Amino acid sequence: MKAKIIITPKKAVLDPQGKTVQNALAQMGYEGIGAVHVGKYLEVELAGQDREQARAALDDACHKFLSNPVIEDYRLEIE
Amino acid sequence: MNIAVLQFPASNCDQDAVHAMRVLGHAADLVWHKERSLGPVDAVVVPGGFSYGDYLRCGAIARFSPVMQAVQNFAAQGGLVLGICNGFQVLCEAGLLPGALIRNRSLQFRCEHVLLKTATPDSPFTNQIPAGKLLRVPIAHGEGCYFADAETIASLRAANRILWYYANAAGELTERANPNGSVENIAGICNERRNVAGLMPHPERACESLLGSEDGRWIFESMAHFFKSPAGKSAEARVLA
Repeated sequence: MKAKIIITPKKAVLDPQGKTVQNALAQMGYEGIGAVHVGKYLEVELAGQDREQARAALDDACHKFLSNPVIEDYRLEIE
Repeated sequence: MNIAVLQFPASNCDQDAVHAMRVLGHAADLVWHKERSLGPVDAVVVPGGFSYGDYLRCGAIARFSPVMQAVQNFAAQGGLVLGICNGFQVLCEAGLLPGALIRNRSLQFRCEHVLLKTATPDSPFTNQIPAGKLLRVPIAHGEGCYFADAETIASLRAANRILWYYANAAGELTERANPNGSVENIAGICNERRNVAGLMPHPERACESLLGSEDGRWIFESMAHFFKSPAGKSAEARVLA
């Protein structure tokens, strides 16, 4: 099993990286570019077989450690 | 004062902090992050640097070091804790201070002297700073933009918990004087009990004229003065008990 975790800055938080990438894309001539948000992607390999147990444990880890709820949101997928 | 300066892997202002404390006549020793006890100390400095390489988020891994449980207990007993730069980030990640430090709005690493306006003398970290005195101290960070939601900022303001702002030479909180995009030019804050404070600038690098400024001394002199007060003596008795 594998967990995929996507961490993104909260909408209310200043994201100067996203803004800079957005501006660069527009300058390169790509059309229709809206807001860009730069986040993090984590892949976690899991030894067990119990998906729900893995989800509960990683959800806890995301909340406590892997993301900072003050500034970030996360999305957790187990596959 | 007898001061513990924490040392995480990739702390790099730990020796500076120890040096500054000794220059100011205090006893100071490094405490390795694997330690579970701080020993009989009056105050803790969480120094600057790039603990654990700033991996994941600044301060996110350091805050789970064994020594941080001792710091949590020390703070809960009323002990003084000062987080400088990465130390401020660690204290926010640990939940000892509200908010978070994010990437500078300019995306630049800013390494320069700034001016700090002290918002209140009512804290163990600011009680000796002369009214109206702007402190000239250096900053050196890429992720020092203080962020907290509007509700948190309002509660900080209402309880006089914002200790320092970035200001210009006239003491005005302008956008230009704000080196990192911090909300409301906030440079440093304290907790509700006022015994834990954090700031991005480096007062320990501004304690000797040779380094271009001695203004950082006011913060450490405030802490020393606190220990001579009845409140300080009782805090000391509690943490040593």
